[in-house]
Amino acid sequence: MDLFRFFEWLGTTSWSVALHESRYVFLFVLMLHVLTVSVFVGTAVMIDLRLLGKAMTHVPVSQVVTRLVPWSQAGFFVMVVTGTLLFYAAPLTRYENVFFRLKMVALAMAVMNAWLFRRTAWRRVAEWDLDPVPPRRVRVAGALSLTLLATIITTGRMMAYSDYWFG
Amino acid sequence: MSLLEFCRWLQYSAPLHTLRESPVFFPVVATIHLMGLALIGGSVLLVDLRLLGWGLQGQPAARIADDAERWLRRGLVVMVSTGILLFMCFATKYYYLTFFWVKMAALVAVVVFTRSVHRRVAMANEAEVSPFRRRFVALVSLFLWTTVAVGGRYIGFP
Repeated sequence: MDLFRFFEWLGTTSWSVALHESRYVFLFVLMLHVLTVSVFVGTAVMIDLRLLGKAMTHVPVSQVVTRLVPWSQAGFFVMVVTGTLLFYAAPLTRYENVFFRLKMVALAMAVMNAWLFRRTAWRRVAEWDLDPVPPRRVRVAGALSLTLLATIITTGRMMAYSDYWFG
Repeated sequence: MSLLEFCRWLQYSAPLHTLRESPVFFPVVATIHLMGLALIGGSVLLVDLRLLGWGLQGQPAARIADDAERWLRRGLVVMVSTGILLFMCFATKYYYLTFFWVKMAALVAVVVFTRSVHRRVAMANEAEVSPFRRRFVALVSLFLWTTVAVGGRYIGFP
């Protein structure tokens, strides 16, 4: 069974229809998804700004990361759960939305960037922990993360205009 | 000229009419508005989590607050300037929305609160402020910002 058929079927399941047709539950989930930007992206941006040497330069990088990452992860968890529900409410519509696809690509790249950072530069954090402006490769990781987060926000917002522009 | 008349004049003025005609203007400004939310969210959480005892506890609150304030100010500049543009596009619609006025009231309240009580507590010598007072101030700040955000989200609902 291909993805198109699968999402077509998923959209006919009773819970998907119920979520799609419920006025308040759907809007509540949407509101949570949008407002959690402030927690997930908000704390991630502050970490990235430290990696770039643009904020909290007097605070060791390891402190910023270890204290803020749990909040960013908690925000990310809420994002994934509410995002999955929003997808489940209209699987085929989302799947066919070009901005949704771009958003998923940017999301995968952001996760990969964070994972790569953990596996490489972060292992030697002791060497540059106190630097007001961390080494170049660390700054690149921070800048890349900021760019991808901005892309995720942009494509996420544009999902609402896909039909209006191309429909 | 009443406020409603002003909103009507603004919304139907020639420049706003042109901007509304553009299929990309409103979406792009709304996207930048959303990025401002991330910036404000991050800088507010930085201070309030610290005051609650769940943030950068290894650093003095005053230092964190000082740093966060620069980014909060930048976030506010982004939010307010894009917000004014969004408002102008559909001024009469917002005039009639209760949530819009709730949001504006909460925004004024939180800015005043942040610049007075909140800043005084965050900048104070930590030995001189009781943990209860610190937490209470952080909770009031988070509550007011959440009201602004929820109000903002409801304005956009159909």
